[in-house]
Amino acid sequence: MAELTINGATITTTADDDTPLLYVLTDELQLLGPRFGCGLAQCGSCSVLVDGVETRACVTPVSALAGKSITTLEGIASYYAAETGQPPRATTPLQNALVEEQALQCGYCYNGMIIKGTELLLNNPSPDDSEIRAAMSGHLCRCGTYPKIITAIHRAAGNLANASAGKAQTGEEHA
Amino acid sequence: MTQPKTQPIGRRDFLKAGGALVVSFHIPVLAQSTPVPQAGPPDAQQIDSWIAIHQDNTATVYIGFVELGQGASTALLQVAAEELDMAMSQIRTTGQDTHLTPNQGGTYSSSAIRVGRPQVQRAAAEARQALLAMAATRFGVPVASLTVENGIVRAGNTTVTYGELIGDRRFNLAFTGNAPVKDPSTYNMVARPVPRNDIPLKARGQYRHVQHQRLPDMLHGRIVRPRGQGAYRDGVKVQSLDVASIAHIPGARVLRQGDFIGIVAEREWDAVKAAQQLDVTWVRSRSLPGNADLFSRMENGPTSDRVAVDEGDVSAANSAHAVSAFAGTGPYQAHVPFAPNCALADVREDSALVLCSSQDIYNTRTSVAMLLGLEPEQVRVQYHEGAGTFGHSCWDDAAQAAALMSQLAGSPVRVQFMRWDEHGWDTYGPAHVGKARVSADAGGKLVSYEYEGWQHHWSLIETTAQTATGTPASEWPPFPAMQLNPRTLGGMYDAPNRKLVNHHVDGLDYLKGAWLRSPLDLSFAFISEQAIDDLAWQLGMDPWQFRQRNISEYHWLGVLNAAAEAANWQPRRANTGNDSRGTTVRGRGIGVGTHLASWGGAVADIEVDTATGEVNILHLYGAIDAGLVVNTANVENQIIGQLVQTASRMLLEEITFDDTGVTSLDWSTYPIIRFDRCPAVTPVIVQRLDEPSSGAGEEVMAAAAAAIANAFFDATGKRMTMYPFTRERVLAALA
Repeated sequence: MAELTINGATITTTADDDTPLLYVLTDELQLLGPRFGCGLAQCGSCSVLVDGVETRACVTPVSALAGKSITTLEGIASYYAAETGQPPRATTPLQNALVEEQALQCGYCYNGMIIKGTELLLNNPSPDDSEIRAAMSGHLCRCGTYPKIITAIHRAAGNLANASAGKAQTGEEHA
Repeated sequence: MTQPKTQPIGRRDFLKAGGALVVSFHIPVLAQSTPVPQAGPPDAQQIDSWIAIHQDNTATVYIGFVELGQGASTALLQVAAEELDMAMSQIRTTGQDTHLTPNQGGTYSSSAIRVGRPQVQRAAAEARQALLAMAATRFGVPVASLTVENGIVRAGNTTVTYGELIGDRRFNLAFTGNAPVKDPSTYNMVARPVPRNDIPLKARGQYRHVQHQRLPDMLHGRIVRPRGQGAYRDGVKVQSLDVASIAHIPGARVLRQGDFIGIVAEREWDAVKAAQQLDVTWVRSRSLPGNADLFSRMENGPTSDRVAVDEGDVSAANSAHAVSAFAGTGPYQAHVPFAPNCALADVREDSALVLCSSQDIYNTRTSVAMLLGLEPEQVRVQYHEGAGTFGHSCWDDAAQAAALMSQLAGSPVRVQFMRWDEHGWDTYGPAHVGKARVSADAGGKLVSYEYEGWQHHWSLIETTAQTATGTPASEWPPFPAMQLNPRTLGGMYDAPNRKLVNHHVDGLDYLKGAWLRSPLDLSFAFISEQAIDDLAWQLGMDPWQFRQRNISEYHWLGVLNAAAEAANWQPRRANTGNDSRGTTVRGRGIGVGTHLASWGGAVADIEVDTATGEVNILHLYGAIDAGLVVNTANVENQIIGQLVQTASRMLLEEITFDDTGVTSLDWSTYPIIRFDRCPAVTPVIVQRLDEPSSGAGEEVMAAAAAAIANAFFDATGKRMTMYPFTRERVLAALA
């Protein structure tokens, strides 16, 4: 039995202490954002923010989360607005950019991509290509949509001109 | 046969219970003209099986091809909207369901648009023709005087909507396929980058994948198997099982039939823990070759051989000016969808409902029915999108496991494969051994092309059925995609003498196999196109220009040139004038290839660190000619995904196994490419409005694999004979 603060609301879970947070989110709360991918903290599909830090819900037991503030995809837009001092919106700039770029294929990895990408943009509002790659490399995508995610993060940061990994040619041209 | 009974869970209950069809583009409202769910497939010879027009002047299109993240559910609606003269906002589709949607065959071999477009196009054209005839009768004017826009038929100053003409009533019209279709030059909706219907919901986290589905009163299920499969023939054998070993998890229960073992529990974490802690001893034989002996056993063991192509006389090579012989291998690689497979089932005495992400729901229905001892008509299979599968991952296995466990438990069950289940019990893309021998005259024209290859076929029996019923392992009967592909293997070249020899290895003593995106083609092109490239080098020719000289077919020439031009290719002999900085040397390569249809060409820029052996792919350019491309944005995404996945498969992906079983069981032991090593990509579409759509889901991977291999030679002057390009293999090649 533990009390958890999720997207600003306090809930009491009947889960055993060793239960990973993910199963409380998906089964007790029936949230659609965080989802199972590996159970090994290797892929990032289950990511949430814990006190603003991207955390793998699949290996984080509920007993470790007392007194902490958990934000899932369902709460990310409110969280982003509050952190940036903007009025609440239904989606984050990154979510909008992902739609504008038509970046997704199966879309299963996008919970983690949005959680991690939002954390990145809050810490570094104008990341360059290498900073994006470094920050996002713990998140896998089997469909291979990485180039468009990089472009979408640039777009969300208001730096679409910096995008080089998608359709545009890079500066890596062969001599 | 007993009278089939319809599924006891009515659609309305189902919506209330699971919400399965509520989301996304699935239509939530049960309109009167919507077919009453009944055991399918619906009669494909009736227009009503394809299209329903509603009173509010919207349409539902019933499509048998599934959404795999490739955008088929949007693109096929574009086709229907175009022929019906309706807007995309007026048109939608339903999820695939054996009680509702037609059987168009499985969604593989890039079939959704290639096969689906003409079917949907003709059905929509025939519906429009019928609607115009109704309007002409109503207005007393000839059909030719009518115009249509957004489903509103206009005759002079009077109008009537499709919805007013037939809304929620049946056409009762045979589908003849004879109605004229539009001239592509008049298209407004097709051949455009229409935004996908599913993306906004996915980006907001409101989309329900199969992993999100729930059934009332369901139990959570997990399968229990050894970590990593052994030889296909051996299956799984239980030596001993200690049910008391999970007595400390009171919510968990062991289910067993034959050698199939599963766990069910009300709480998911209890099922996960119990499946890990259950004490089972397995019979494990040491019958696999392991990675060390794989290729020699394939090549030297018994095979059944077939001459697949024999044109002219390849002994002409003996008097040719230049000959290149090149041998190489390709590893087992895994599908490993980003989410392991998941399925839900509610099995009753005389019926079953299965929710899964099968690429072929009618085929899954048959196999589940056999396992349960039901008639196919008693089983209802509904498709819900999983994570991108790229071929036959464990979705049938998961569907069977859910159905069997529901039958054994007497309750609805949701089975979620764990990461090691998916990695360890996949039907892998089979390994390959190939040998190419090509020759040319002094003028750079190909004289001969020879290739022989060794591989096994696909596994027919799912592990659940094999373990639960003792069904012996067997392979699929031969099918083009599991044998030498004459299109990728020299089919693009004008060589007057050509011979392909297929060596079928009996797959029962190997790992399980099935189709993995562009089956076997990466291996074929990796070997074949390096032989061609070597010939160009021997002749002192630029590799692009050498291919141009030997390709006359316009589609092949088109993709070859499109890729080279996008990359601003500057002709030169390979491995001359390369960039190098310290121990890092750069190279550029080109290749052509495809799967069973369409045409692909690619260029790769890579760099090799000759000190560490690390290879990085800097930029991939990929061109596809897929005939008429319905949704250019979707195909652009497909090309990007294929290029990134090819980079991953060439640099990183290989199933590891010893003589007992598979040892690559997660993303650490079977790594795939991440952001840090993802190349820049340039997708190129060769659009041909006047040609049939021929598929774009897998047709540039072979070319990209070849381009990467040839770029390695350009950079280093050495050739790789195996992939993925691990540091050890690279250093060995450079030594």
